[in-house]
Formats: sequence, structure tokens, C-alpha cells
Amino acid sequence: MTARAAVTPLIETVGLSRCYALGEATVHALVDATLRIDAGELVAIIGPSGSGKSTLMNILGCLDRPTSGVYRFDGIDVGGLDGDARAALRNRRIGFVFQSFNLLPRTTALENVELPLYYGPLPLGAQRARARAALERAGIAHRADHVPGRMSGGEQQRVAIARALVGDPDLLLADEPTGNLDSKTSREIMAMLHALNRSTGLTVVIVTHDPEVAAVTDRVIEFRDGRIVADGPAAARSPGSARPTGADAP
Amino acid sequence: MNAGPSPSKLLVMTAHAALRALWRNRLRSGLTMLGMVIGVASVIAMVSVGAGADRFVQQQLASFGTNIIMVIPGAVTSGGARSGWGGASTLTTADAAAMARIPELAAVTYSRRQVLQIVHGSANWSTVVQGVTEDFERVRDWQVASGSFFTERHEKSAAKVAVLGQTVARNLFGAGQDPVGTVVRIKNVPFKVIGVLAAKGQSSWGQDQDDVVMIPFSTAERRVMGAGILGTVEMIYASARTTADLPVAAAAIASVLRQQHRIAHGQEDDFTVRTLEDMASASAAASEVMGNLLLAIASISLLVGGIGIMNILLVSVTERTREIGLRMAVGAKARHILLQFLTEAAVLSMTGGLAGVATGIVATHLIGRIAQWPTVLEPAAIAASFLFSGAVGVFFGYYPAHKASRLDPIEALRWE
Repeated sequence: MTARAAVTPLIETVGLSRCYALGEATVHALVDATLRIDAGELVAIIGPSGSGKSTLMNILGCLDRPTSGVYRFDGIDVGGLDGDARAALRNRRIGFVFQSFNLLPRTTALENVELPLYYGPLPLGAQRARARAALERAGIAHRADHVPGRMSGGEQQRVAIARALVGDPDLLLADEPTGNLDSKTSREIMAMLHALNRSTGLTVVIVTHDPEVAAVTDRVIEFRDGRIVADGPAAARSPGSARPTGADAP
Repeated sequence: MNAGPSPSKLLVMTAHAALRALWRNRLRSGLTMLGMVIGVASVIAMVSVGAGADRFVQQQLASFGTNIIMVIPGAVTSGGARSGWGGASTLTTADAAAMARIPELAAVTYSRRQVLQIVHGSANWSTVVQGVTEDFERVRDWQVASGSFFTERHEKSAAKVAVLGQTVARNLFGAGQDPVGTVVRIKNVPFKVIGVLAAKGQSSWGQDQDDVVMIPFSTAERRVMGAGILGTVEMIYASARTTADLPVAAAAIASVLRQQHRIAHGQEDDFTVRTLEDMASASAAASEVMGNLLLAIASISLLVGGIGIMNILLVSVTERTREIGLRMAVGAKARHILLQFLTEAAVLSMTGGLAGVATGIVATHLIGRIAQWPTVLEPAAIAASFLFSGAVGVFFGYYPAHKASRLDPIEALRWE
């Protein structure tokens, strides 16, 4: 553990807070969240709806900025970056996987995977080869020329994972990646994310309701009412406490 | 770290995405383009018809003779005749003789005309018989196609000779026949045909200029139109030595005629001196008003087309909110989104513009063919209306594109 402190953490937040004005009232979606995730970790963020985990996800993904507190991504203070710089950071270093896949309809899997590369410097020919390789890694290369409407949920999520991997990111953020899938497909997708983490050392952060999903990870961070209420190895959590909402933390 | 796509790559990807998005909604895109098509086509057709009319008038004026100055009886304002033409004429052969002494004039001629029946054998034809002097050929720059024009000798001796216009020759003798050397009768007076005039076509006011018979003025006065007062003429034509001499010559004519007619200082002229330039500028002013009016109408249709593009783009931005959010999440910068929708607007309007150019050219040809109007396709007008259609697209596309580029990616991704 002493060795860990010496290297720059991939994700480091200090006193992170995010407030929204909702009419007259102010909603404190995230309160004083301090955490650190090192490169190569496989982390689950759990908590009931409205607990702040999605807000944290948006900030970690550089889509949103904290109201107060500091977020450093690989030592870069994201709070000090403008929209374009954050877009470039997302493009180059972060991959997103969504619950609803968010694939462009009537567009082939290959072109969907290519999308992040549109906004990068790679020439068109190399771009296509990279997209094919990403589909290969996600085990869905045989569907390269199919459109999302003709694929199953599991296949669509594999394409979405390929899209997240195509830019060779440092961080993969998955927001309820199995939320729209049956349990068998969920296990396949989780096995894939797990394998990716183990084989390439890719840092994976998964936001989930599902205790089965959380159980696959190495570390579980639990949120409630915008605060971190638990943070520890997944194995330390007794099976009984891992209820769907994760509300009964020890 | 901040290296984005190269400009050429961005251009290719953006154009590709725009074409694909428009192709997906081809009916909608087509209907939206229709506004631009109609706008651009009408600009081109209107400019072509206007330019054709303009050129036709210019040709007509040029065909009237080089450096020509006309003197007509009565005071005529630029708006039209104040006192009737060809009534009791105030112009005389003596006026013409006085004008002939003006050094800036190369030649002076005069005419009297009457509609008469002309007979050859069993054929007859009603036409304008015009008595003119021998210089008419030179002043009006109107050569004979066969035979010759009459000379000073014919004029002095009041010879019974005639030069026929093409229409008269055709109607009396049939096409392809050369009437030179035959005899025709006008008011029972036999005239020897000595020449046939070259074809001149329609005048700018739609009159067939070839439906005419020219005879020496003295012959007309004494043997054919005798009833009038001897020595009066209906119109005097003069030609200036050079175009630069025209204003001086016109002023000199006015001063000579005021002396001839003993018009006191401050009194109104009883004649009007007109140069080709006067007529050209009058017709230019008329066609300019017409042209501006047409352009205003065409601009309105382009404006309506632009609003159509803006409307459909706003719909498109709303429909594709999630797509915009996704693109932003994977690294699109605000300017990439802006560019994408601006490109869609430009492609939409310029495709419409291109179709408009094609439609406009076809419409111009149809107008020329069916309505028999002279038309001139102006490449500059075609290029300008096409570029303007692109500008309209970018102008009206900017607001929706800007709106799209300012979306919050989180909200956009959540949008249902």
C-alpha cells in the first residue's frame, strides 16, 4: 500500500460536491466525496437511485464539473479545463458504456465503433482498421456490417464496448451496463469487462444496482444521499448484505 | 493531447455524415429543398428573360442606324407624346436643308409615309409606302439585298422607282423570286423595282420593319401622297459623324430648328430631337425597374426557402438530441457539432440551388421556345444565385446548428 501512494492515481477526488438548483430548492447530489482509484482497478459504484452515483459518474467522465472540490484525472485538474479540452480528454482517454447502449440507429456496428475516432487525428484508413480490431476484442467482429436494430441486446452492448475501447482509453466508465440485459447476457458482459481489466490493466468503473455485477469487481464504493458510506473490497461484503439496492451497508 | 482531426478528414467525415442524414430523410430533405429550387430557378429565369429583353432592345436600337438622331414634330416629353405625331407636321424639307449645314452631321434625310395598296399582276398587298431621300440608306444603315437603292438623280427627277422590303417582295412575288426589274403599281402609278432591302426583322415595338416600300421623296410628294402640303416632312433623320458628336449635334439641331421655326426664347419647341442614347436610357430605366421587381420576388422565395431549412433543421436537432449527446460524450467539440449541422444546411441549400440552376436553365429554354421571348442565360447570374443559395443555407442553418452545439451532453444523452 505504501508503493501505491508514490504513483499518480488515475482518479483522485477531494471534497467533491455537486449542487443543482431545482426551482427554489437546491439539491445536493454529491457531498464531499473524496476517493482515489488507481490505474488497473476494477471498481463498482453502488447505491440507490438519487444517491449521487450517476452524478459522480458524469464528473469522472468529464461530462460535468463539480460545484466545489477537486477532481484530478491522471494528475490533470479537470475543473480547470474548458469544454474543448474536456472533450479532447474524453476522446483520447475515456470510454463510455451506457445502459441503453446509445448506438446510432441505421448505422453499422463498424461505423458506430469508428465514431470516437472521427474526432481524433487518425487518418480514415487507419481508423477503419482500428474499429475492426476493437470489434474483434469485444468478440463481435462477425456483426461488423449489421445495424443495431438487427442485433440482440448483448450484441449491441458488445458493439458499445468495442466503441469504448477503440480509442485505447485509460478509463472505461460503464453506467448500468447490464441494466437492459438478461442475467445470462449480463454475466457474459461482466466476464468480458473483468477479462479486459485483467488482461490489459484497463481501469474499469461500473455504476450498478445489481449485486451480482458488483460481486465480480475487486472494490465496491457505496453511495447514499450523495455521500460515500462504504468503500472496500467486494469480497469483504457478505452475500446477505448485497441486496439489490445495496441499502443495508454494514 | 489536443491534436484533433485534420481539416481534410473533418471535411470528409462531416460531408459524409450530412449526406447520410439528409438521405435518410430524403422526402423531407427534398421538400425542404424545393423552396431553394424554386427560388434559384426563378432568379435565373427572370434574369435571363430580362437580359434577353435588354439585348433585344439594344439590338433593335443598334439596327436603327449608327449615331442616329431623329427629329419628330411636336414636343415630346420622355414619358411619351404630348402632341400627336404625324398630324399637321411642323417640319419641312427646308429644315432638313438647314440641318445639313451642321458640321457634326454626316448625313440628313427625311421621310413621309402612307399606307397604300401595292399591286403586281393579280397580286396586291397593303403596306407602308415611305418617301425618303437617297441618304436614307446611309443614315438608317440599311443596305439592299439585291439591286440598288435610288440615287440623287432619281430624287431630283422624281423617278418612278421603288425599293421593296422583304415582306412586300415575298407577298407580291413569292419566296425566292427576285423582283428587281419588274413593275409594280402604287395608286395606279407604275414603279420600276430597282432593289430589295435586306431583312431587318421586328422593331422593339413589334412592328415588321420589312413590310415597307421605299420610293424617292420627291416622287412620293408629287405623284403618290400629293394631297399634303408640299415641302412638309413627317420625320427627319440625321447621323452624327461620331458617337462623341451626338450630344453636340443634337443641341445644334435644336438651335437650328428654333431659328427656322422662329421660336422665341423661353417658348416651347414644336419639335423633339431624340438620339439613340435617349431611347436606350429610357429602355434601360424601364428594364432596371422590371429587373429589380423580379429580383425582389425571387429574393422572397429564397427567403422562404431559407426559413424552411431553418425549420427542418430545428426538427432534426430535436430528433437527434441523443446522437448529439453521444457524439459529445465520445469527444466531439462544440465546433464539430456546429460544423455538422451547418454542413447539413449548406448541403441542403446548395443541392437545392444546383437543382434550381438546372430547372432555371430548362425554364429559360422553354420560355424562349414556347413564348418566343428572347432570353439570355447570364453565367454570372447563375453563379451568383447558386452561391447565394449556399449563403442562405448557412445563414438560416446557423441558429439550429448553434443550438445543437450548446446542448449539455448529460441532458442530451438522457433525452427521450
